[in-house]
Amino acid sequence: MDDRMLSGAPFLHAGSSTRRIMLDVILSLTPAVIAALVIFGARSFLLICISAAACAAVEFAACKLLKRKNSAGDLSAVVTGVLLALTVPVSLYPPLILIGAVAAIFFVKMLFGGLGKNYVNPALAGWAVLTLIFPGRMTAWTKAFGYLGSADAATTATPLANVSTINSAETPGIPELIVGLHGGSIGETCAGALILGGIYLTARRVITPVIPAVFLGTAALISLIAGRNILTELCSGGLLLGAIFMATDYTTSPVTFKGQLIYAFGCGLVTMLIRILTPLPEGTGIAILLMNLLTPLIDRIAIARPFGVRSRFRGGKAA
Amino acid sequence: MRPEFPVRPFKTHGGIRLPAHRTTAREKTVTMPAPEICIIPLRQSSGAVCRALVRKGDRVWRGQKIGDTDDPFSVPVHASVSGTVLQIAATESSSGEMGEAIWIQSDGKMESLPNLRPPIVTDAEGFAAAIRESGLVDPGGDGFPTHIKLNPARQADTLIINAIESEPYLTCAYRCALEESRSVLEGVYAIKSFLNVHRVIIAVEENNPEAAKILGEIADNEEYDPDDEVRILTLPSVYPQGEEKTLIKACTDREVPPGKLPGDVGCIVMTIDSVVLIAKYLKTGMPLVSKRITVSGSAIYAPANVLVPIGARISDIIEFCGGFSAEPGNLLVGGPVSGKALRVMTAPIVKADTAILAFSEKDSAEREESACIRCGRCARVCPMRLAPALIEKAAASGNLSALRRLHADACTYCGACACVCPANRRLTDAIRRAAALPGAETPARKNDTERGKGGEENG
Repeated sequence: MDDRMLSGAPFLHAGSSTRRIMLDVILSLTPAVIAALVIFGARSFLLICISAAACAAVEFAACKLLKRKNSAGDLSAVVTGVLLALTVPVSLYPPLILIGAVAAIFFVKMLFGGLGKNYVNPALAGWAVLTLIFPGRMTAWTKAFGYLGSADAATTATPLANVSTINSAETPGIPELIVGLHGGSIGETCAGALILGGIYLTARRVITPVIPAVFLGTAALISLIAGRNILTELCSGGLLLGAIFMATDYTTSPVTFKGQLIYAFGCGLVTMLIRILTPLPEGTGIAILLMNLLTPLIDRIAIARPFGVRSRFRGGKAA
Repeated sequence: MRPEFPVRPFKTHGGIRLPAHRTTAREKTVTMPAPEICIIPLRQSSGAVCRALVRKGDRVWRGQKIGDTDDPFSVPVHASVSGTVLQIAATESSSGEMGEAIWIQSDGKMESLPNLRPPIVTDAEGFAAAIRESGLVDPGGDGFPTHIKLNPARQADTLIINAIESEPYLTCAYRCALEESRSVLEGVYAIKSFLNVHRVIIAVEENNPEAAKILGEIADNEEYDPDDEVRILTLPSVYPQGEEKTLIKACTDREVPPGKLPGDVGCIVMTIDSVVLIAKYLKTGMPLVSKRITVSGSAIYAPANVLVPIGARISDIIEFCGGFSAEPGNLLVGGPVSGKALRVMTAPIVKADTAILAFSEKDSAEREESACIRCGRCARVCPMRLAPALIEKAAASGNLSALRRLHADACTYCGACACVCPANRRLTDAIRRAAALPGAETPARKNDTERGKGGEENG
């Protein structure tokens, strides 16, 4: 086609930018970061800082190595770093998180082409790698405010692990779940902070509520059918962190509305199937990673009926 | 049977709210005097190129037909000033299209053709034929000939008068309603009676109450409209509400299939300045020789609404508006969202043009394209419910079956997707390229409309 026919439009832009979106995501994670600082102490903040800095550094180094334009400035690596740190227990030896950062940014993101090209959520991939290599350390949960006393001794189980072992005496009540005073990774325990972040993201129109709502709704429905405690299921095991901040990752979730419905339903379904049918107590991370891989296929089938084109299923005989 | 009117607009998909930038709304339209030279391209509409009817050295008058063709999907061109034919030469028009054009050296008198007579119109067919002779095309795009819409494959039941400013910065529709309300009134009722349509919807924007008031009075005219068959409908100020297919959806809930025309769903859409031209043409016989455009933007010294002769060079028009107040960065023809960068300053303005915008260097900083992050904003704003990001990706890899599946050819090139893209991807141009790939078009489906006559070639 003759390039003279191309317009160069638009000459007016609505003003959004990748950097601004990533900045909004970082801001939306602030409540969760503060909650981590209060609940698990300064060590959690140290982990978050190391992880964020490491991810940005790996992205910068990867750009140099792969001879690409430096993209660390778009802040997406910082988002990955913060999210990665929020999935680890506070007791994790801080340098170990570097392994997760390299896996997330270099292997999962940059080698596949950088921002927008990865097949799975980099932060979750980093979490999966750490969990595979250090299964013990990655599930060594610490009691809330453990840092105030003798920090090393106070380990505990997550609420879901309690459910799994029918140790209901240890199951926390609703206020504990909202504030996050129970065992778990740095960022997954404080439901209130996560929901606050989700509200901010929705208000800033960074995300639409479709994926979190359908994800959580599906999980709640299955809990109800399975006769489990809905609030415990929703507020622990990283479900809120996953549904609000990870399943909504643009790159690894479908583009169309229809696709997002299918994807989020799948996330909720797989999470609950893992929790109910397997000995693994959490399930959220694996469910999202699995649905990430299905995203290209969902994008292929979940195309909206274009304007003026008749539906294949409705109206009129086939031509 | 009395026609049913929508009480509120039907829901359309997507769209974006943009700042109106209506700086020239209070500027009364000024008429540009005859420039020294007018350049009339022989192709100013979709369809075939016209054959020149004059030769170098011939004397021409304003309103004289100087080019025509047998192609029913094309329209004749007329001299917009009086003077002599200087040359017939290949010239680049405002849209970047290279083609033969008739250069007229103006005598500065703007003398009309002496034997100009109003057309004699008795029926719908004669009406369409007369409108073809007037050289009228729809604004925007490559100029779709208006007369084709006036001769639809089946009897239309709805006439929609489009009084919506198609894009930010533009104020010509509002000034047209304000200054030509008499012609609007006569035009609306003339078209209505020739086409035997009993439901006329005048579409206005919610953020332009002045226009709504004037047009409301026209719709409520007891003398012309005793049966209340003309009403106004206020639409939300969402881009691209003025785009034809979106407008039809909002007014009637009908969807025009890709490659089809409004007539295929029983609608006829006329922009307000076309209505005014028709009213005047029916009265005087003066064809489309001048056009109300908005000249605006931060680099224009005196932004204005200007009535310019067709073929006036853009440099002359800007000169008429006081020239540049700052070094221009982006200079474009059309609105800021779907307009085109101008390549040659001396290119002539053509019938389909609606605006000239010039932005200072400061306001023209190029937004750097970065990787698609798949945020889905493009799909959310697309009025055609397409997924521009996926189309762009399929086009980049030359995946024709994906392009067909994604209906790349249903795009109306409104540019809303590119406007919201946080990665500044030039989605409209990417889709334009994609749709031009051989084999990218959706296979025609017989049952998309009951009758598709007239739409196949020029949809």
